[in-house]
Amino acid sequence: MSLSSVSARKRRRLYMVVGGLAVLGVAVALVLTALEENIVFFYGPSEVKEKQLPMGQRFRLGGLVEDGSYKMLPDGITHAFAITDGAEAVQVYYKGLLPDLFREGQGVVTEGTLRPDEVFMATEVLAKHDENYMPKEVAEALKKAGTWQGDGHGVSGSGDTPEKGEGEAVFKGQ
Amino acid sequence: MTVEIGHFSLILAFALAVIQGSLPLWGAVRSDRRLMTVASGAAIGQLLFVVISFLCLMNAYIVSDFSVLNVVANSHSQKPLLYKISGVWGNHEGSLLLWVLILALFGAAVDLWGRNLPLSFKARVLGVQALIATGFYLFILLTSNPFERVFPVPLEGRGLNPLLQDPGLAFHPPFLYLGYVGLSIAFSFAVAALIEGRVDPVWARWVRPWTLAAWVFLTIGIALGSWWAYYELGWGGWWFWDPVENASFMPWLVATALLHSAIVVEKRDSLKSWTVLLAIIAFSFSLLGTFLVRSGVLTSVHAFATDPERGVFILIFLCLVIGGSLTLYALKSGQLQPGGLFAPFSREGALVFNNLLLSVSTATVLLGTLYPLFLDAVTGDKVSVGPPYFNGTFIPLMIPLVIAMGVAPHLSWKRADVGAVWGRLRVVSVLSVIAALVTAYLNSKGPVMAVAGVGLGVWLLLATLQDFFAKLRLTSLRAESGGLQGAAKRVRHLPKSVWGMTFAHGGMAILILGVTASSSWQTEVLDIVKPGDVLHVAGYDFTFTGVEPVAGPNYTALRGHIQVTKNGVAVKALQPESRTYFNPPMETTEAAIHSMPGGDLFAVVGERQTRGEAEGDRWAVRLYHKPLLPWLWAGAALMVLGGLVSLTDRRLRVGAPKKRMGHHGGTNAH
Repeated sequence: MSLSSVSARKRRRLYMVVGGLAVLGVAVALVLTALEENIVFFYGPSEVKEKQLPMGQRFRLGGLVEDGSYKMLPDGITHAFAITDGAEAVQVYYKGLLPDLFREGQGVVTEGTLRPDEVFMATEVLAKHDENYMPKEVAEALKKAGTWQGDGHGVSGSGDTPEKGEGEAVFKGQ
Repeated sequence: MTVEIGHFSLILAFALAVIQGSLPLWGAVRSDRRLMTVASGAAIGQLLFVVISFLCLMNAYIVSDFSVLNVVANSHSQKPLLYKISGVWGNHEGSLLLWVLILALFGAAVDLWGRNLPLSFKARVLGVQALIATGFYLFILLTSNPFERVFPVPLEGRGLNPLLQDPGLAFHPPFLYLGYVGLSIAFSFAVAALIEGRVDPVWARWVRPWTLAAWVFLTIGIALGSWWAYYELGWGGWWFWDPVENASFMPWLVATALLHSAIVVEKRDSLKSWTVLLAIIAFSFSLLGTFLVRSGVLTSVHAFATDPERGVFILIFLCLVIGGSLTLYALKSGQLQPGGLFAPFSREGALVFNNLLLSVSTATVLLGTLYPLFLDAVTGDKVSVGPPYFNGTFIPLMIPLVIAMGVAPHLSWKRADVGAVWGRLRVVSVLSVIAALVTAYLNSKGPVMAVAGVGLGVWLLLATLQDFFAKLRLTSLRAESGGLQGAAKRVRHLPKSVWGMTFAHGGMAILILGVTASSSWQTEVLDIVKPGDVLHVAGYDFTFTGVEPVAGPNYTALRGHIQVTKNGVAVKALQPESRTYFNPPMETTEAAIHSMPGGDLFAVVGERQTRGEAEGDRWAVRLYHKPLLPWLWAGAALMVLGGLVSLTDRRLRVGAPKKRMGHHGGTNAH
């Protein structure tokens, strides 16, 4: 191999390395900003009550829909219900269609922001399409609050976890 | 009885895989022909026994044999036949059996179509395939046996999740698996090449069709899953960036990169070491996709704790395959001869750029997918990384990629002339900028991404067509280039790979336009209606005429009736349903969709308003107009078509051009 070919090879490698690092740098910058802005934390009702969460911060609230708490507001389209972990409860408003499996006493995960009057304005209600499924975050929130009923409740096992996002339907409100 | 035959056949297949994974590899080291030829028989035998095994399980499903645990857990005697059959792979154990079936199928295909492969190389490829298969057989037999009996025998099964009882989803897993397993062939070829220490253009010609086929299957599989989510989940989303989707998307991204880098190996004998690495990584992502989705680890780290046996097996297997192949790569890749040189601005340079962006964007997807797991394990915080993260990282990385996609086909190999390329693309560039500006003007209040999306879509479409017509030279119909006859001849003689690339890149452009328009200019109306009410959505009038109960084979439903008109002209009667299945008891929403070239009308009927103030014959309905949404499916279909057309290219069929003069002839390997 001639000398010029060796240096050409080195120069090509340098181009590649510099180009690669440039793209990588851009990607790292994108990832860091995106992670900082778009991570959504999950809290149970007890954590919401004890932590002073900044108003307007998006987070996920999960627990059981409190028995007897559901009602439709007079506008005919906003659902009101409370999410509880047995120890504390948070009032939730959600404008939109509720998922098929939304029931009082069932596990539910919602995403939205807290109003100054401590009402959680949900913009999304996530529900697993499985009658005995307990979202794992909910199960852990209940465990934290000390009101977990045991595994018979059924965090769905590995065997019957369906293939695609299956099941998990996200319901977006307005 | 058939159940035991199925189980026994699987054990026999396992035994054959052990033989195929040891003797031929040893034979290749010792140059022992007899040992090496064992691979062929073993590959065919494996296929035979796995087919028997699979048919036995399928039979158990069809006749509803509830003495088999797997059938009890996932089937029901009242289920339609199609879903009894698709129920076979609609669960962890059965899907793994499907995996090994496809693996055995491809192993036999390598054997049959690979007659012109050098004997030692073929022995090594099949040997590596068998090692992968051995791991899977062991996993099934030890931890996930689909043939497990249950006693006492229940009278009825638990049924399949009704959401999965759908033609789109019935065929979604098999196609994904065909893609995943197809990449195992590229992997085996890469490992065999590393063992032999030689990668050359002939190697790339062997690997390309397999990668291409795997890519086509993955594309179909992902599109089917996305289509299913669109019409079945009831709110018209088609991509959620959920970990399970990402698990299938990452192998697709790497396979796309591999497809392109293999072209450089084939044409220019360059980028060899990188291509081998990509082949290894692509299959590693396939394994990750298969295992992590099925084992539930992606949704929870604790799945390992609930089922430690499977978790530990998976970890060990992944470490062996990925760690082993990467170690081999580290040891041997230095022996690969460096290939041809090229300037940064050249076809090779553009393909390197493509690979760079695809790899980096795969890494960002991987990071977003695993970050919640990582944070949970380290700090215990529960977080979710949703679409905003992926839209904020993935899409910006795709913008330069799409620009490069338009330019790359115009570049010549080794060194391209900037002036000449600009000359060819000048008009196209100006037109795309105009398209973006017009969008910006009409869309002054809309999202910024819409402007970029339209500009990029138009750019890619026009640049692709420009390249295609330039290759045809349709514009020069003068006598010296043969007039019309000459042009027709050029159309006939244009390589299939050029047609394939044009379809695939054009499909991508159409997909970009569909995604942009449907996500930027969608209209959504949610309201409570009573019979006779009219809702207005994007120029269409939706008249709600009422709801009637209907009965299906294994469900009852409430069917809403909505008449759609535009300017008084009837468009379509939409009949969305809200279904209640019996086994398992579950409610699902069946959207009614009317597709037109310009967009989709999408209607969902919710529950009767019996709670709260709004009582009586009043129903919640949700209506959408999604402009250009069908372009998404059309774009995906064109990409698949492009892949299939490329597969018919003669160059790929003639596997080893060096041997065409030899005794074997060039007619093998069809």
